[in-house]
Parts: sequence; structure tokens; C-alpha cells
Amino acid sequence: MSETWKTLKPYALITPQTLIFLMFLVFPILMIGVVSFWEFNGYSMTPAFTLDNYRGILTGVTFKTYLNTFKFLGMVWVATLLIGYPVAYFLAFHVPKLEWQILLFLLCTIPFWTSNIIRMISWVPLLGREGLVNQMLMGTGLVQQPLEFLLYSDFAVVLGMVHLYIIFMIAPIFNSLMRIERSLVTAAEDLGASGVQVFKEVILPLSAPGIAIGSIFIVTLIMGEFVTVRLMGGGQSASVGKLIQTQIGSLQYPLAAANAMVLLAVTMLIIVSILRVLDIRKEL
Amino acid sequence: MQKRSLSFYVLLVFFCLFVLFLYGPMITIFMLSLQGPDGGLTFPMRGFSFYWLGQVFQEQRVGNFIEPFARSLTLGIAVMAITITASVLASMGFRQRFRGSTIIFYMTVASLIVPSILVSLGIGVVFQVMGWPTNWFSSGLGAHLTWTLPIAFLIMLGIFNRFNPSYEEAARDLGASDPKTFWEIVLPLIAPSLLGVGLLTFTLSYDEFTRTSLVSGQSNTLPLEIFGMTTNVTSPALYALGTLTTLFSASLILIAFFTYSAVVKRQRGKA
Repeated sequence: MSETWKTLKPYALITPQTLIFLMFLVFPILMIGVVSFWEFNGYSMTPAFTLDNYRGILTGVTFKTYLNTFKFLGMVWVATLLIGYPVAYFLAFHVPKLEWQILLFLLCTIPFWTSNIIRMISWVPLLGREGLVNQMLMGTGLVQQPLEFLLYSDFAVVLGMVHLYIIFMIAPIFNSLMRIERSLVTAAEDLGASGVQVFKEVILPLSAPGIAIGSIFIVTLIMGEFVTVRLMGGGQSASVGKLIQTQIGSLQYPLAAANAMVLLAVTMLIIVSILRVLDIRKEL
Repeated sequence: MQKRSLSFYVLLVFFCLFVLFLYGPMITIFMLSLQGPDGGLTFPMRGFSFYWLGQVFQEQRVGNFIEPFARSLTLGIAVMAITITASVLASMGFRQRFRGSTIIFYMTVASLIVPSILVSLGIGVVFQVMGWPTNWFSSGLGAHLTWTLPIAFLIMLGIFNRFNPSYEEAARDLGASDPKTFWEIVLPLIAPSLLGVGLLTFTLSYDEFTRTSLVSGQSNTLPLEIFGMTTNVTSPALYALGTLTTLFSASLILIAFFTYSAVVKRQRGKA
């Protein structure tokens, strides 16, 4: 076997995958960047260099949509962390056997592989005006009128997102908790640390990279989200993703592209700030 | 057995509630899809039958599930074949150090974490500018690959990390060429894992919505068809369809997981 072939072999092997990414990921995103400067006359787009599409974003309505997206992101992030961490902690530290840990972890992952649409529709018979929750609340006399905010509201959007994406928070935290040397915990206990101290001084810092990776997933998933906002939010809820989708629906590609570029920039900015606070290199 | 602390029980309850939260909604639509013919969209259940499950296969007023299902099936198989081929090749390339490997790796990770709507919009824009019509088998296929390929690639990297290279070395010492070593040694050894990865890839594609939604063209895939129905179907047929398609993907996932864990166990037994 010749030396040249040996050097070239890895390049030959990665070519198909790299071509696919160049064609369907890199080139399309570059095109979004280009088209975001094009002109749009209400019917079609023409190549040009204008900043009008970006200027539009700073106007009141669009800006509010961004704020609303951040609101969703903040609430979903807090909820997934507060629910996800204890779940991961329970699996990693309280479930005795490795087989059981894996089995219970898989139990949490299975819904992730099934249809998001179906998982969202599933909330309707529970939260709707005549849904199970309202029936129970009315039955026990806690409320006189069915609660309207349960479905087709911002509450429903956040609930739906937490339900769909929480596994992306649990999995990295579970992974980093499983890597913690159990002897460190024992050592801390032997030195007289209380349960709270062990958690605060040993476990939490060591699981921080997991939290960081989970947070990055949540940020990228929520920032571009539009399906949950459409299905669970009724007409009123707004998000950047939904805005982009609406603009594409009316063929306003340059506007949608400008929004997408801003969205990408904002998302990257958040990710970079997460990475500055928490070092995840040890996890990779 | 050590005495369990209070925190164990608190967290156990929390975990059980979480699992209920995760599966509860799905269980309700399973139950509602088993109602009698005059069943509605909410509780209480009216009767018990398999009427609505059967209705899924009948001609519907609002649309027909068979064709979208066939499309999703075809697309899933195509995505699976391409994903497996490309990710196996690429992950084999990564077993050797080479210049530029870092940037290729980051490009793969980027494909996972770029907000999905950008992928969908980007492909849509490219097709629009080029004047090509979008279709589930062209633009839709590409959109699916940006999602399935990085996941499959990362799993394959893990598989090759645990792969014992001495079998290949032995084959090569005995004079086997690279392709021969691959077909006779490497492929049989990774075949069971490939089955698992393939099934996962298929389900990811079969259920994909966000990345496909803007670039599927005239004909819908199954998730898009279901999304369209959410606004105008008012019978439990929708739930029945949800039940059937969820059971379909869930069984594929379970097969994938069990194949994969059986392989890991066997490899551990050998080591």
C-alpha cells in the first residue's frame, strides 16, 4: 500500500458526508446570508445590497417578538434545569445497579424518538376547555369556570416545550454525574461534609459541564422553535421561528433570511457566553 | 443493603411524577383512540372498540394517510441507507488522524445545534433561487440528512472507539486488501450495531417535522399530514393515527436499543 494512499484515505472516506453537509447545511446557510441583503418588492426578490430587511427587525413589533422568544427560552431553561437535574441526580446516585440506571434512563429517552406532533396533540384531551384537568377542577369545585389558560396560551407553549425537550437537559447532566468518582463523595463525607455541602462543593461543580451542554441544546432548540408555538399557543403567542415561518409562507424570503441571520447571531452569542462561564472541553 | 435516606424517597416520588408527565399525555390519547364509534375528543370515554383504529385505514374526508405513510416510509429507508453509508465511511476516516479533522467534526456538531428552522429556510432559499421545485425526495431528503447524519456519525465514532483493531491487523498481515478487510472483518463485526443505528435513523426521519416543514413541496410526509389534520379533524381518528404511528416508532426504537445492548454485552463478554 503506497504512502500517498494512506494519507489520502481518510479524506476519501469523509468525502460523502462532507459533501452532504456542504450541500444541505453550509451552502444553504451562506445563501440565507446573501439573500438577507436582497430586495423584495412584494412579489419576488432581486439580487441587491440593501439593509432594509435588517432595519425592519428593529421596529417595535419584531423586537417584541424577540423579547417574547427570550421569555420562552428563560422559562423553559429554568423549568428543564429544575426538573431535569433532580431526575438525572436520582438516576445517577440513587438507583443502585448499572442495568437499572440504563433501563430507567432509556425509559426517559423513548418519547424523544417518537413524533413531536403526536406528543403535542396528546395534551389536548388533558388541557382543553373540556379536558381532564378542567373536568377534575370543576368536579372538585375548585373552580366554577373551566380554566382557559391551560391550552392555546403561553403557559401551554412552555409546558409543551419542556415536555418535548427536557431529555436534552437530562442526558448531558446524567452523563456528567455518572462520571463523578464515587470516592470523591466518600472522601468529602469522611472529612465531615454534610449532604448539602457534598452536593454544593463536589457534585454541582463537577456536573457543571453537563448543565452547560444541556443549556446549549435548550437554547438552540427553543430559539428557532415554531411548531409548539403554533400548535399549543393558539393565535396569540409569537416567536422568531413562527415569524420566519409566516414570512416564508408569504414568500418574503429576504425578510425571513434577515431574521434568520439575526436569530443565528443571537443564538451563537448565547452559546458563546455559556461556554465562557462553563468549560465543556473535558466532556468532549 | 444500606438504609435509604429520606432524600431517596423524595427523589423517587419526583422521578415517578416525571415519568407520568412524560408518558401521561400519550396514554390518554391511546385510551381515547379505543372508544366506541360515537366517541369524542375528550373524556369521558364513550364505549370501547377498535372502531377508530380501523377508521385510520378507511378513506378519510379530510385526507388519506396511506400515501403520506408510504412517502415517509420510502424517505425513511432512503435516509437510512445514505446515512449509514456516509456515517460508516466518515467514522472510519476518523480512526486515523488527518489535517482538518477538527473542522469536519465541528461542522457535524453544528448540523445538530443550528436551529432547525435555519436548515429548512436555507434549503428552501437555495431551491427558490435555483428555480428548482421543492419535493420530499429532494429538498426534504437533504433536510432529513442534516439531522440524522450527525447523530449516526457520533454514535458510529463511539462504536469504532470500542472496536478492537487487532482483527483488522491480523487480516492485513494475512494479505487482505482494505476493501476485503472491510467486507469480511469489519462489517460483520459492526453489523448488529448498524442495525440499531439504522432503525434509530429511520425513526428520526419518519417522525421529523421541523426541518421538513418548509421544503416538502406539494406532497406531505406523514408528520406534516398529521400536523395539517390537527386543525380540521374532530374525531378520535386523529388519536388513533397518533397511537398507531407512535407504536410503530416505539417498537422500532425498542428493537434498536435491545440489539445495541445485546452487542455491547457480547463485546464485554469477549473482552
